[in-house]
Amino acid sequence: MLLGLSVLSLAAAAPAGPFSGKDSAEALRDPYFGEAIFYANQGRYFDALQRLDVELGQHRELDEPDLDSLYYHLRDAEFSVGDFELNYRMHHRAGRAIKAVLEGAVDEEVRNDAAYRLARIHFQKGQLEDALVALDRITGKVPEPIRDEIEFLRANVYMGLGRHADAAAVLRRLQNAPGLVGFSTYNLGVALLDDGRPRDALSALARAGEVRADDDAVRAIRDKSNFVAGSLLVDAEDYLGAKRFFDRVRLEGPFSNQALLASGWAAASAEDFERAVVPWGILAAREVTDPAVQEAKLALPFAYGKLGVYGRAAVLYADALDSFSAEIEKLDASLTSIRDGRFLEALVREEIRQDEDWVIRLRSLPESPETYYLMELMASHDFQTTLRNYLDLEDLRRRLAAWQTSFDAFDDMIGLRRGYYDPLLPEVDAEFRELDSRMRLRLEQHRLLAERLQSMLVTPRPEFLATAEERLAAERLAAHAEALAGVDTPEAEALRQRIRRLQGVLGYTLRTEYHERLDVFARHLREADEAIEVMNARYDAFVRTRQAAVHSYDGYDTPISRLRRRVGDALERVNLLMARHGHALELAAIDELAARRERLEQYRDEARFALADSYDRATQARAREATEATTAAVVGEGQ
Amino acid sequence: MSKATKAARAVIAAGFLVAAHVGAQQATTQEMRSLDEQVQEIKSDVLEIAADLGRLEERLLYPSGTQLAVFVSIEEGQRFRLDSIRLDIDGQPATHYIYSFKELEALQNNGVQRLHTGNVATGEHEIDVTVAGRTPGGDDFTHTERFRFDKGVEPKLLGIRLAGPRSIELVEW
Repeated sequence: MLLGLSVLSLAAAAPAGPFSGKDSAEALRDPYFGEAIFYANQGRYFDALQRLDVELGQHRELDEPDLDSLYYHLRDAEFSVGDFELNYRMHHRAGRAIKAVLEGAVDEEVRNDAAYRLARIHFQKGQLEDALVALDRITGKVPEPIRDEIEFLRANVYMGLGRHADAAAVLRRLQNAPGLVGFSTYNLGVALLDDGRPRDALSALARAGEVRADDDAVRAIRDKSNFVAGSLLVDAEDYLGAKRFFDRVRLEGPFSNQALLASGWAAASAEDFERAVVPWGILAAREVTDPAVQEAKLALPFAYGKLGVYGRAAVLYADALDSFSAEIEKLDASLTSIRDGRFLEALVREEIRQDEDWVIRLRSLPESPETYYLMELMASHDFQTTLRNYLDLEDLRRRLAAWQTSFDAFDDMIGLRRGYYDPLLPEVDAEFRELDSRMRLRLEQHRLLAERLQSMLVTPRPEFLATAEERLAAERLAAHAEALAGVDTPEAEALRQRIRRLQGVLGYTLRTEYHERLDVFARHLREADEAIEVMNARYDAFVRTRQAAVHSYDGYDTPISRLRRRVGDALERVNLLMARHGHALELAAIDELAARRERLEQYRDEARFALADSYDRATQARAREATEATTAAVVGEGQ
Repeated sequence: MSKATKAARAVIAAGFLVAAHVGAQQATTQEMRSLDEQVQEIKSDVLEIAADLGRLEERLLYPSGTQLAVFVSIEEGQRFRLDSIRLDIDGQPATHYIYSFKELEALQNNGVQRLHTGNVATGEHEIDVTVAGRTPGGDDFTHTERFRFDKGVEPKLLGIRLAGPRSIELVEW
């Protein structure tokens, strides 16, 4: 059961990467969503989540979200949050965004996709019943790319729940699924085995052991299938049959050492020690930190001993003794180094984490005994989880520490800006107020003139277009006329006639030049419109700049202060958690290495005993040969 | 398997029984689970802090009236090797970025990189984009294009789309 489940975590729970951010050929419209994908494709899930959280948060606050570029990728973005959270090992949070999609008003295919992702999250969290409930929500139209994946997940959930017959029935239907080559057959074998059908299980595993493999994952499952099939036959005491399966496992792969060891024991169990020597010989020459290699170093001379080659056996036991002693020394150095605290320092070295093969290379760094056995320690799930958490915490610690220094920089920046603007702004504001009132006056005048122009288009008013001189002259003439009113003399009458004549000349000029003057007036008003437009643009720009100036330093004190506190609190918590995780890692490492040391001491004792025994046998064998040779010579002489 | 072989195997494999011993000092699974939950909680808290800090930083350093962001993407299917990109804005160096293999792969799989965030005044500007790398055929190349863009009062988001070793397009998001 565990074997099948572990296959699902390889195949289906691994990140669906690289992330594409597109469920169709549609172009990416939101660059920030694309940025989140950029980070996720590099395994930088914290940065991806931060980006996506900000974008989704802003999107949800919009009054018209359908006008936002993220709108076109909203479903992908919400799904991606769940995926990223899973990959960042935030299992508790993962699923909430997907649940929101599931309960929203979405079409059938989208709902089924969401249900599948939710089921996968539940499965990864070990919540098998919830996973089944989510899978049972899938009805109707299912997106083509995930059809087989859904059934594969269902089968594995059944296996987790002990419903092996149901799992087998589902897996049978998936035997030809192109994306599940090898995995579906292997899991079928495991389901059949757990269902009490070993013969059928063996048949399935044998098929899985012969699949054509184009990538490492399928090659690995092929090896695993052969290994498990061989193990079944060992249990059934069909040793030669078992050896055939073990010998199919690749010589370079994650199962090669175990398969070589098992192949040797299968041959030895069939009392065919000549065939046992071959795989054990290959294995005994490999990296001695591996327990299978250590066992082979004793098993190989044991086989030679069985073949009567005692001299060779003795040499090999001596070699094993040396290897075990050297390995014990390495273990002692590692244990000392770990107890001195260098293990944790080594784990967080930046250059180590840049390279995917770093875990393997660590075993050969002479200056780092504390990390020789890290690869072996990583075989434990608990250790792996704790180590990953520790590395994640270290990453968080670095970020928080960097942010702490940022706040001082922000304070400096804000202080500089305040120092620059504060003395300037009162003067600027005073000048602006004066300009503003002048501007309003002119705008009002412009408005009145525009209204007057409109009314003059309907009702001509030539007097409105009089020049200042003409208006003055008209007023003076009117004043004179008023002064002469009631004066009944010939001179007054003559003056009154002159006034009337001059008023007539004025009126005539205004009337005859009315249209021309109206055109000029309209043109000047249009020119004033253009100037007003420029003025308004500059006014708006000034207002924006003025606002931006204040916004550049005002209103940050409280949020910065709050963030500073939050960062400080978070840093304290992270340091505490790191200490606890670090302690757990050191304890786990010490326990594991101490256990290895104990085993190696036992092996060393066995090797010493066997070495002495081999020498005795070799000596006895030589003595027998010598006696036989002497006897033969005497008999020959006698004849 | 003969009795002798069985016995031999049992003796050799006895080491595994020793290895199976679990030290009394080792943290229990229960404790590990509790620690794991606390780690998830702190991750969630730090993510919230990061989001809030990101928003504050953007407001403080890149106000919307002057904000310019330049993104880089590679057209789907392109397999040339991108080594570096250099941006000059109005004749001044803005960014010179050198790509790792991981970053290149991320771009080739529909990722979009925010190459540059900065401030420019409203109005017309020029941007020079210089791309260096290697073609699928193995030839080194360097290619430069110049573009103009207009900055208004809204944040400006420009995209540099690489449609081939010597093909640079400027798009506006």
